[in-house]
Amino acid sequence: MKNALSRGLLLSTAIVGSLSLYSLTTKVAVVTADADNAGLKLPAGFGALVVAETGARARHLAVTPQGNIYVKLNRPNKEGKGILVLHEGPTGKATITGGFGSYGGTGVYANAGYLYATSDEEVFRYKLNSKGEVTNPTQPEKIVTGLINRHQHESKSITLDKEGNIYVNIGAYSNSCQVKDRQKGSLGMPNCPILDSAGGIWQFRADKLNQTYGTGTRYATGLRNVVGLDWNSQTNQLYVMQHGRDQLHDIFPELYDTKQSAELPAECLYALKKGDNAGWPYMYYDNTQHKRMMAPEYGGDGKKVSPGNYIEPAAAYPAHTAPNALLFYTGTMFPEKYRNGAFIAFHGSWNRAPEPQKGYYVVFQPFKDGKPSGDWEVFADNFAGSSEKVATGRADHKPCGLAQGADGSLYVSDDKKGTIYRIVYNKK
Amino acid sequence: MKKTLVGLALLALAGGPALAQKKPASKAKTPAKKTATAGVPAASLLQGKSIYTQYCLTCHQADGGGVDGLNPPLTKTDYVLGDKTRLVRVLLNGLQGVDINGEPYNNVMPSQDYLNDQQMADVLTFVRNSFGNKASAVKASEVKAVRVANKK
Ligand code: HEC
Repeated sequence: MKNALSRGLLLSTAIVGSLSLYSLTTKVAVVTADADNAGLKLPAGFGALVVAETGARARHLAVTPQGNIYVKLNRPNKEGKGILVLHEGPTGKATITGGFGSYGGTGVYANAGYLYATSDEEVFRYKLNSKGEVTNPTQPEKIVTGLINRHQHESKSITLDKEGNIYVNIGAYSNSCQVKDRQKGSLGMPNCPILDSAGGIWQFRADKLNQTYGTGTRYATGLRNVVGLDWNSQTNQLYVMQHGRDQLHDIFPELYDTKQSAELPAECLYALKKGDNAGWPYMYYDNTQHKRMMAPEYGGDGKKVSPGNYIEPAAAYPAHTAPNALLFYTGTMFPEKYRNGAFIAFHGSWNRAPEPQKGYYVVFQPFKDGKPSGDWEVFADNFAGSSEKVATGRADHKPCGLAQGADGSLYVSDDKKGTIYRIVYNKK
Repeated sequence: MKKTLVGLALLALAGGPALAQKKPASKAKTPAKKTATAGVPAASLLQGKSIYTQYCLTCHQADGGGVDGLNPPLTKTDYVLGDKTRLVRVLLNGLQGVDINGEPYNNVMPSQDYLNDQQMADVLTFVRNSFGNKASAVKASEVKAVRVANKK
């Protein structure tokens, strides 16, 4: 009932959208949105299409100006390929034309000349020709090796700056650096040893082979797990989205109830400078008091503010909603308000149970002069399929990766069913 | 709106036969029919449900379906329905880095050894008879035997 209603609404916006298309006199081929906007709920004037159904766990993705799409899979598919190659036709629909890379993972990033991709331990580089095609699919250069993977926060996400450096997230293989991970009442290890090799962002050269911890730089520390990160070319600075800590109630039931456990530890956006410390595991950012709180594993009681010298988040978002991608929008297709602002893909929560789950949407965070400015808003919603599916966490689709097309459209990958979406603006 | 959501979450939680214990807040939540598996004590199911809600639900979720790629489902897995000794060992020692029914899960199953023999038997009996599972009860004496052997 509710579904049929909102679908009717979506349909009418799509029609309005395509009507205004006809009044356009530009020569550029504009792709048309699907009649149902691929099932998404979008602001007026936007439409969406399903680019492809990959049927695989599509983590991050990269799009070249020639319409090649590289999708990094969590695990190699039946053919043993960990990276899918898709090629777009003129309508925007793409076909899977091949695959390469025998490893699963999350990170993939393309710039002029190279495609970078990660397993959960290594970073590879492939050469791109003038058609945006990989020329050495079976012989990539291994640029980073030996990164820690202990089957928790294992994904290695990447981005590059303009000076030939690559930034790699190495997530902490722990929730809160307890002596016994995630066990009720277990306290934090003194001087958390995990931070030596994880729980931060490492910087490497993008063009050097076989780098490892010894040759890289720990660029920023105290970051529990980052999956979404991007370089902001306006401020020339790295921004990251941290996944906040889990299980305040499970571990310290006498200090936190299930509601506090579901609501307090925010997902934070940080603007990083070399040497910054964001404070994990010693603190979490309380999204109701807007304060850096001392973690209960390290003497906190839900009231004590953290005394440490840690950086402030640039913005904070609802707890446990799992920000898996961050993208600064530099295109011109979307209206002016979106320029240089941030899109964030929230994969959706699980650690809010028994409270209803949240997330499964793409958020827009307005920016002004390189700083978050004004409230964030849900930009693309209904990946889950219904509000009931959000609440139970049984979402149809989970947004995981973001990429910007050459024309300024926004691509979204889904690692639940493997749908690749493309969001376009069609009102002029 | 909010209410329906919470109701739904509760409904999902009600998958197990032990539901009758909780007073339904609305008509929608008629208890699932109480199919007493032969030899599965009702008291154990009731207790087991409350332990599950307190200690397992955040990770394995109200419907026992787990979380994609992170926490495995407890629905018809080899571990849940198979060898009881192995199952008890999962609770005693925890588990990490092991594929479940061919799928990897990148999170840690913490040891639950703070539960006593009876509590562990109850929660496992509940899990083996909820979420579509049907298997024999786990007895406190069985947990005890595994715990003793585990210590050696
Ligand atoms: C912190 C999250 C967490 C909590 C709390 C937790 N588990 Fe698990 N559990 C896991 C993970 C992760 C695995 C899989 C580990 C692996 O694959 O190596 C697992 C595996 C299992 C398995 C074996 C695999 C399967 O799916 O059949 C069983 C049985 C199980 N858990 C039962 C329980 C019970 C009962 C409780 C409560 C007493 C509980 N778990 C609490 C995370 C958790």
